[in-house]
Amino acid sequence: MNERISKLRQESLDATPRLCIERARLVTEAYEKFAGTVETPILRALVFKHILANKTLWIGNGELIVGEKGSRPQSAPSFPELCCHSLEDLDVMNRREKIFFRVDEAARQLQAETIIPYWQNRSLRQAILRHMSPEWHSCYESGIFTEFMEQRGPGHTVLDGKIYAKGFLDFKADIAAAIAALDYLSDPRAYERKIQLEAMDIACDAILLYGRRYAAYARELAADETCPQRRAELLQIAVNCDVVPAQRPQTFQQALQMYWFVHLGVTSEINPWDALSPGRLDQHLAPFYQRDIDSGRLNREQAKELLECFWIKFNNQPAPPKVGITLKESSTYTDFANINSGGITADGFDGVNEVSYLILETMDELTLLQPSSNVQISRKTPQAFLRKACEISRKGWGQPAFYNTEAIVQELLNAGKSLADARQGGASGCVETGAFGKEAYILTGYLNLPKILELTLYDGFDNISGRQLGPHTGKATDFGSFDELFQAFRLQLRHFVDIKVRGNQIIEQLYAKQMPVPFLSVVVDDCIAKGQDYNAGGARYNTSYIQGVGIGTLTDSLVAIKFNVFDQQRFSMDALLQALGSDFAGNEVIYHLVREKTPKYGNDDDYADELMKLAFSAYHAEVTGRPNGRGDTYRIDMLPTTCHVYFGSVMGASPNGRKAGKPVSEGISPEKGADRKGPTAVIKSAAKMDHLQTGGTLLNQKFTPAVVAGEKGLDSMAALIRSYFSLDGHHIQFNVIDRATLLAAQQQPEDYKDLIVRVAGYSDHFHNLSKELQDEIIERTEQSFQ
Amino acid sequence: MTQPVSLGLTLQKFSIHDGPGIRTTVFFKGCPLRCSWCHNPESQSYRAELLYDAEKCTQCLRCLPHCPQQAITASAATDRNLCRACGECSDHCLHGARQIAGRAISPAELLPQLLADQVFYEQSGGGVTFSGGEPLSHIDVLETLAQESKRHRLHVCVDTCGHAPAESFRRSLRYTDLFLFDLKHMDPAKHRLYTGQDNRLILANLRLLSDFGANIFLRLPLIEGINADSENIAATLAFAKTLRLRQVNLLPYHATGRSKYARLGRADETGEQLKPPTPDRLEEIRHQFAAAGFDTHIGG
Repeated sequence: MNERISKLRQESLDATPRLCIERARLVTEAYEKFAGTVETPILRALVFKHILANKTLWIGNGELIVGEKGSRPQSAPSFPELCCHSLEDLDVMNRREKIFFRVDEAARQLQAETIIPYWQNRSLRQAILRHMSPEWHSCYESGIFTEFMEQRGPGHTVLDGKIYAKGFLDFKADIAAAIAALDYLSDPRAYERKIQLEAMDIACDAILLYGRRYAAYARELAADETCPQRRAELLQIAVNCDVVPAQRPQTFQQALQMYWFVHLGVTSEINPWDALSPGRLDQHLAPFYQRDIDSGRLNREQAKELLECFWIKFNNQPAPPKVGITLKESSTYTDFANINSGGITADGFDGVNEVSYLILETMDELTLLQPSSNVQISRKTPQAFLRKACEISRKGWGQPAFYNTEAIVQELLNAGKSLADARQGGASGCVETGAFGKEAYILTGYLNLPKILELTLYDGFDNISGRQLGPHTGKATDFGSFDELFQAFRLQLRHFVDIKVRGNQIIEQLYAKQMPVPFLSVVVDDCIAKGQDYNAGGARYNTSYIQGVGIGTLTDSLVAIKFNVFDQQRFSMDALLQALGSDFAGNEVIYHLVREKTPKYGNDDDYADELMKLAFSAYHAEVTGRPNGRGDTYRIDMLPTTCHVYFGSVMGASPNGRKAGKPVSEGISPEKGADRKGPTAVIKSAAKMDHLQTGGTLLNQKFTPAVVAGEKGLDSMAALIRSYFSLDGHHIQFNVIDRATLLAAQQQPEDYKDLIVRVAGYSDHFHNLSKELQDEIIERTEQSFQ
Repeated sequence: MTQPVSLGLTLQKFSIHDGPGIRTTVFFKGCPLRCSWCHNPESQSYRAELLYDAEKCTQCLRCLPHCPQQAITASAATDRNLCRACGECSDHCLHGARQIAGRAISPAELLPQLLADQVFYEQSGGGVTFSGGEPLSHIDVLETLAQESKRHRLHVCVDTCGHAPAESFRRSLRYTDLFLFDLKHMDPAKHRLYTGQDNRLILANLRLLSDFGANIFLRLPLIEGINADSENIAATLAFAKTLRLRQVNLLPYHATGRSKYARLGRADETGEQLKPPTPDRLEEIRHQFAAAGFDTHIGG
């Protein structure tokens, strides 16, 4: 890393996260001016334009790629049209120890005097919560499920290559052609389409204006600049901004700047989950890289420097400030932009190129939380690339994560995508599968699977909240067989998925009608062709996901009951319920039997793994194929972010020996301490799940550094990945840190400020994690030598 | 089908230091040698044994009424003269303080577990390793398991101390892809002093394997003051030069496992004094072997 990068990186790390009130002010101004005078899509486009026409510009000293979402690095705008923060919210945000955002007095005052008075009864969150049924609220408050869209927009969007082949003037031409082609005689929705397309056109104008402002600003700075080298750089930035976003990029640097403008556009328009991701960045950049190398415009080091400048831009953007349950399910500054490299090309050949290696070197040198970076490994991926990725991963901080290209392609084909779209798809956010540039695949919320078993054991009654949340499916002591118990579980599961989906359908409609995203719609196929917004089903594919959490805890709890109560009859259901009620206090024998003498998921033991398959199938069957409100269907994926900690906190003790309040298992990883036969057994167990029926699964493995040391360690790690992927596993990631280091970091956080660990589909600074999450990571099974 | 039954210690999956690739290692119980540096003392006896961890024991005495031999005392100690390592106490111990080392295993029971990780063997160039203890002490079970493994096209390693009848080695040659052959000392008297047996049979067996053209990794445990001196290294190297070896592995002594002596109720007489050679000395030895043309590695 050279001096420039080292400086920019340090500035990114040192900057204090702040709430940036500017966007809220501009949005309010625009709504006050335009609301009620134009159709909603046009209104949203005008709001977007007002933001980009007026927001503060930022070109940091030494930067080669320019633009910030807030008015400066680590400055996070708010989105009052979705979620209007109360003054108390701001105080909590400012004060809280973890994931804080400093709020200055001027911002607080503006919030009090302007933002709150306008938005407190108008924000979409108000409407959403107003329209949800009482039973939805009960479940939401009791931790049965979470709701992704109550303060953040639908997102998880990943781009394809179109922005490297077209500029926004070209998109404007496409939009004009689509408007010209509208058929008012036979299409009753032609007017609606016209409005959507006009909104998209305004959104294009907005980003063009933004580019021009940056070109002018760079020239302004250049005029005052005394250092000749920096002056030349600023003038180059100006030239770049003359070209992009108006036209397609001509150089490597312009290609990066093009993406970055689009990224800022999408994440300023609304606050979509997982920000935005560039997708197959190595494949998109490769032609520009090759051309610049061939022409002598760039050498390899200069290309890497540009890539590193680009990386730091991601790290400058904390996730929008979250509050309440949404903060609990995603307690991190990370905004989940996730960069895919490797994989295969659209015509099915190995996709690794020189830029893929540059990306690996960049993530390795910078060691930044954002962007998340992953590698797609296919059968065709060269071993050299896999080994290079393993070399970085074994350094311990969790990047890159590894995704299975063949599994992703099959998952996408299975979900109805074309072969070409499937090959160019991948994973975003944590592990979620989608067709890049062509799909709105929306995560709608986490579902607490072990909690549903807990309710099943109490006839649908929740001991924690004191409410009857589920239907009456019988007293646990009356179940004559495991099958009866499981049948009751299925009924409870159906009940809660019904409630969740009913709510989702309303929320989808609210977004479609009140919160269209004309700018994002421009860059996702086939919104222009259909004249339909991204949030209303305009994309080519429109999957909705519900994310299952705690399959490990659920499985082991089912096993504990089947094995001990029914098969071996070691103790009665009544005795088990008493043990659970007392959190196993005074029930050491039952605790010992369920913890130590009962089969567990994660050991390649069919007794336990068969019940994992049974539970997984029940969940899959309950959700998959239900119609959503955007003309497509629901599917499942299996990931938790930080929700496994929250979900555990609303539960009593579990039959597998998990104590009350403790986190449930994360992703599809086994319950902590349950897997005792090493990583191959974990992989075998996890691979018994039918990954190809999902939209992504998450498997964490934790190793002591000695296990993956040396050439042999590297080979073993690569072989574990290849093996898991040959068994159709979707994703695997590694923490390589010894327990002593984590314990020391918990005791002396000041000495371990730079310690990064893998949480679940993303990495985070250890000191930024809650105590519960820190404990959870420390307690994860550490694969070591006996 | 009647199958031979033997005493196994453990089965270790994801074993990456017992031969090439990712392997599953079967540890047999019982060894003819008594090396003073042994870090698996529970593998020495041919009988099952109780491992008792006093630190974990809370003296709750839940185990006491379950012992058919009445070998457990009121202070939760065990009279090892009475104990038959039946495992009843272990089943009832809530704290993991009582474990049994060694249980009867049959090939029919073990084979599925050896095959379970086939995908990992294939991706890594690994396979199964039979270790111990001394696997050749269990030649009938070993033969059945190894032949079945070969029938499933698994790569088979035998990790041996070399002290077994020549006939056992001849039998094992038919189904062993690679021998991990430990050599402790070149001097017969010192070998006897440190391991309880002299080395003539071991050297002869090593020669036999080499003459037969077997693949051999020669493994040299190195302990300061015992066998890492220049005289023994020179003698070892001279002997090695007369053999056909695929690889030489230098295994510096490590102290893990010493606590198991106490858990077996045995005194750890030498543990405190044992040390690996210094890194410089280790590198010197590595260089000597490498200079003689051997593919030499520190570690397994």
